[in-house]
Amino acid sequence: MKRYSVFSLFREAMRSNEGWEKAWESPKPKSSYDVIVVGAGGHGLATAYYLAKNHGITNVGVFEKGWLGGGNTGRNTTIIRSNYLQEESTAIYEKSRSLYENLSQDLNYNIMFSPRGVMMLCQTEHELRAMKRTAHANRLHGVKTELVGPHRVKDIVPIININGPRFPVLGGLWQPRGGTARHDAVAWGYARAATDLGVDIIEKCAVTAVIKDKNGVSGVETDQGTIKTKKLCIVVAGHSGELANMCGFRLPVESVALQALVSEPIKPVINCVVMANTVHGYMSQSDKGELVIGGGADGYNNFTQRGSFQHVEETVTALIETFPIISRLKNLRQWGGIVDMTGDRSPIISKTPVEGAFINCGWGTGGFKAIPGSGWATAELVADAQTQELAAPFSLSRFKEGRMIDESVAAAVAH
Amino acid sequence: MLKFECPNCKFIADETELSPGGEAHITRESGSSSDKKFSSYLFERKNPRGVHFERWLHQFGCGKWFIAARCTFTMEVFGTYSAQTLKPPGALLRKIKSRRPEWEGFLK
Repeated sequence: MKRYSVFSLFREAMRSNEGWEKAWESPKPKSSYDVIVVGAGGHGLATAYYLAKNHGITNVGVFEKGWLGGGNTGRNTTIIRSNYLQEESTAIYEKSRSLYENLSQDLNYNIMFSPRGVMMLCQTEHELRAMKRTAHANRLHGVKTELVGPHRVKDIVPIININGPRFPVLGGLWQPRGGTARHDAVAWGYARAATDLGVDIIEKCAVTAVIKDKNGVSGVETDQGTIKTKKLCIVVAGHSGELANMCGFRLPVESVALQALVSEPIKPVINCVVMANTVHGYMSQSDKGELVIGGGADGYNNFTQRGSFQHVEETVTALIETFPIISRLKNLRQWGGIVDMTGDRSPIISKTPVEGAFINCGWGTGGFKAIPGSGWATAELVADAQTQELAAPFSLSRFKEGRMIDESVAAAVAH
Repeated sequence: MLKFECPNCKFIADETELSPGGEAHITRESGSSSDKKFSSYLFERKNPRGVHFERWLHQFGCGKWFIAARCTFTMEVFGTYSAQTLKPPGALLRKIKSRRPEWEGFLK
């Protein structure tokens, strides 16, 4: 792989950009792999990359039904933060956030990480109390956040209306090193770096069945024939239930549609991410100037990647109250992604009842921020590494054992 | 927007009038069940991409529960029936089968 640098940029500028290589190859699948990863989204590609980089397992095939990064990786609102309540969560999300800090250098691919700060608003007394608790928990876990008052919120986000009337801003949980990144670039960067280490990425090739023998997984049926493997890692977000069904077990996961929308582009008005959890909306401004707005999830199982219209209305209504300036903006486009929700709103990174099958799912409405940490932890698990501390708390058995990592109550909202 | 005919009051209700209540026909295990059965009842879900049976509450209408058969991928509603039903009615199952020949049928 030719490295991207200021010199390569200069060289290509001098020769009509004819020397750029493909960022990743489109190989024919081999007849067997040491590890097969199903799903070439951020989490799957990061898993493949860290398997190769950290554990030396390079005979890895990543199979993708659609195109690379075309699922939730390309559909989220690109927010990166680690201000969670529980110790297990902050460990993996903060690992992830800290990996994001140097990811562009690590992958030699500009993922445009922008630590512009994340402000979580407190708009009720209860939320203020909960965020105070989260701020203390964050301090104990070494995550840098602070609870700020309404006037500091107004200083940081001048376009905000802090006076209500329905939900006045009482304060905010401010994480200065949270922010955003270019979501497609994260998938592309991991794909390019993984390919360079010898990983095969096979797009437009669905896994249609899982083959098992008495020792567990022995291979998969795909659109391009049967592929042998002893280790299968399922990283398919909303479609986890389908793959689990192929393996012959059920998951504590329900798939629902989560929506996002962007406004027409305007001049810079907001330079951080604002999350208003009580009224269910979050907003940041993209480099193009569009306001990127995330909204609520549907309450019922859904695989349509669309979502219900009334949720758009609810989100926009709520945000207009908080940001009156946006009331005349046009909606440029709206879309949905299928997110896999667990009961405690924490992910699953785990072995499964089928020997040799691993699963990484349940990131729900907040998977993008976790991509590097999740890939790191899943690679440790699949490679059977010495340390698996990041993944261990998120095992499937936690449900049976009543060992929930309850972020659902902590955030009081989908997150 | 989803529309269901409430089998209790016969009103054709919009999605905004209803509350989703999750997968239907789950056997409620008791304290004397095995750990495996009990945790399966509490947590494990079918979550199919296709035909699904689910509970809905006609919250801003008659206030009663019912069960709907719906395709989670196309959003087609096959029919609704009373919540006081242990299994989906045969006529409805035949209708779904004719609409979705590849469907494996209703499984517990």
